[in-house]
Amino acid sequence: MATTTRDIGPLYNLRRFLGRSLPYVLLIISILPIVIGYAWLIIATFSYRTEGLFPIDANGNIGGWTLRNWAFLRDPKIWHVTLNSLGIALGMVVGVGFVSSLAAYALSRMNFAGRKAFLSLTLILHAFPSVTLLIAIFFVLNFISGIPVLGPRFGYNTVGGVALVMVSLELPLGVWLMKGFFDNISWDMERAALIDGASRFRVWWEIILPQIKPGLAALAIFNFLSGWSAFLIPFTFTVGTKVANLPVYLRQLISDTAPTNWNQIAAVGLFQLIPVMIFFIFTQEMLLNIYSGGAKGGV
Amino acid sequence: MAETIAGDEAVAGQGQISRWAQIRATLGAWGFMSPAAVLVTVFFFIPVIILFVISLTDLSSSNFSDPLTFIGLDNYAKLFRDRFFPKILGNTIRYVVLTLGFFNVGLALVLALLTTHINRRAGFFFRLVWLLPRITPSVVYVLMWRRIAHQPPFGILNQLLAPFGVAPRYWLVKQPWLFVILVNGFVGASFGMIIFTSAIEAIPRDYIIAAKVDGASTWQIIRDITLPMIKWPLLFVTTYQTLSLLTSFQYILLLTEGGPGLYTTEVWALTAYKRALKTYFGHNQWGYGAAWGFILVIIGIALSVIYLRVFRFNELVQEPKIDVL
Repeated sequence: MATTTRDIGPLYNLRRFLGRSLPYVLLIISILPIVIGYAWLIIATFSYRTEGLFPIDANGNIGGWTLRNWAFLRDPKIWHVTLNSLGIALGMVVGVGFVSSLAAYALSRMNFAGRKAFLSLTLILHAFPSVTLLIAIFFVLNFISGIPVLGPRFGYNTVGGVALVMVSLELPLGVWLMKGFFDNISWDMERAALIDGASRFRVWWEIILPQIKPGLAALAIFNFLSGWSAFLIPFTFTVGTKVANLPVYLRQLISDTAPTNWNQIAAVGLFQLIPVMIFFIFTQEMLLNIYSGGAKGGV
Repeated sequence: MAETIAGDEAVAGQGQISRWAQIRATLGAWGFMSPAAVLVTVFFFIPVIILFVISLTDLSSSNFSDPLTFIGLDNYAKLFRDRFFPKILGNTIRYVVLTLGFFNVGLALVLALLTTHINRRAGFFFRLVWLLPRITPSVVYVLMWRRIAHQPPFGILNQLLAPFGVAPRYWLVKQPWLFVILVNGFVGASFGMIIFTSAIEAIPRDYIIAAKVDGASTWQIIRDITLPMIKWPLLFVTTYQTLSLLTSFQYILLLTEGGPGLYTTEVWALTAYKRALKTYFGHNQWGYGAAWGFILVIIGIALSVIYLRVFRFNELVQEPKIDVL
């Protein structure tokens, strides 16, 4: 093969080389904005201020590294909003995982009145843009606030309320993905257990769920990330910093403080990125898979 | 309900099963379904009804505690008469068409083609990097872009373009649309990219090898084999992302809040949101905002049902293998 190409001449070789490298050049150009954005975030975090991508010290010269932007870690408020973020993220993981695997089990294994209707409904809702309902959900949450026991936990301006809305809006996707996982599991063990007299619930919990651990894990990662990064729903349904999560807190920092301290904001941003990066580095394949089946199209 | 069950083929095959057992099985199944059913009802169905009802009233923060006053379709009439209605409609069309054409479908297709025509591991790496904008928390992601498009001397774009003799400027204010589309497009492109990639990888290798043996160039293979074979995924991504873009406003809200100036980058969904929930003057016009929102809901329902039909999602719905034990 190599000899034949050499026979054809240097021009052919050059064209071949260019043809081979062109895709790489184009792809590298395409990812430049992403790389630059991340580079700035990291540089800004450790410098007094930045001009373009360069760190600038107090005298206006290039240089001047500092850790002072990380002083926010001593502020108890940041840990409070971090806990809120974590609460929403874990609420998403547990809520969507539990509710959607219950429903998906019934949809995958049982025949009952309303099954087909609910399945098509799930698909329609999966395509349906749930953000258009935020205005009305505001009233639903206000109504829940008035209910005695539920109100203080899941009403307007509570972390529980935000988590509840996010779980509900994510359900169509969760149910659909989980049903796919259940459909791929063999029936034999389950049938044996049912004939031996185990209840459906016990079969679901002890026999089926352990078999779809990889699927559950993928869904959990997806939900953790969307809960952790959630901005619009917490921003809409909370007021003030008591119930703010990290993205809302960051947004308040950007718009409230004048003049904006971009470098401290960058540090808070990088702090918020840490768990995202951990999943990004360690579960790459899973992320690419789940964002094709799952992602609501995001934008 | 009993009739549906009795008419079910599977049940008929099993012969005499008491109606009571059938009802019990259905009740058991709905036991599993109930948490999901309740949440879907409370956060999807009821909100659609609430949104419609509110859009018929003049509910706003000034008369929140009064009983509802129904004003018929006045909000809808007011919406079309709004001085900025043509501007907002134009913005929405521009936002959807340009982002979709250049990024969510256009660039997505280019990225899928490029990453499948190079070394597998390298292709995987580039797709992974392209996933970053999507999984980066939106506030942090927009923060990066705002800094790229910032005024001199801070803006990164100015610094990069300086060697080429481009005069420094506050890009985000001078070219807000460019950045609205870039910011959304960089998030949106990965969805199509991933779907197109798996569609391209599913094309049987034989077709491509046969074409290569016949002397087809890479471009000919892409035009005559790859593109015709991924036309369904193309149609799917186009329609799906049209709806997503039409109703999305999160990144615009974070980047420009519809500005700079009056309604420069304000799109339909953002108008609905701002009128009803986030006004600067603390005067929330829920009724009026709901009218803007409800039109989007109608479009959303219509398109979702059409997808279900066109892409034959119904055929994906399989029967369970055992019905009632």
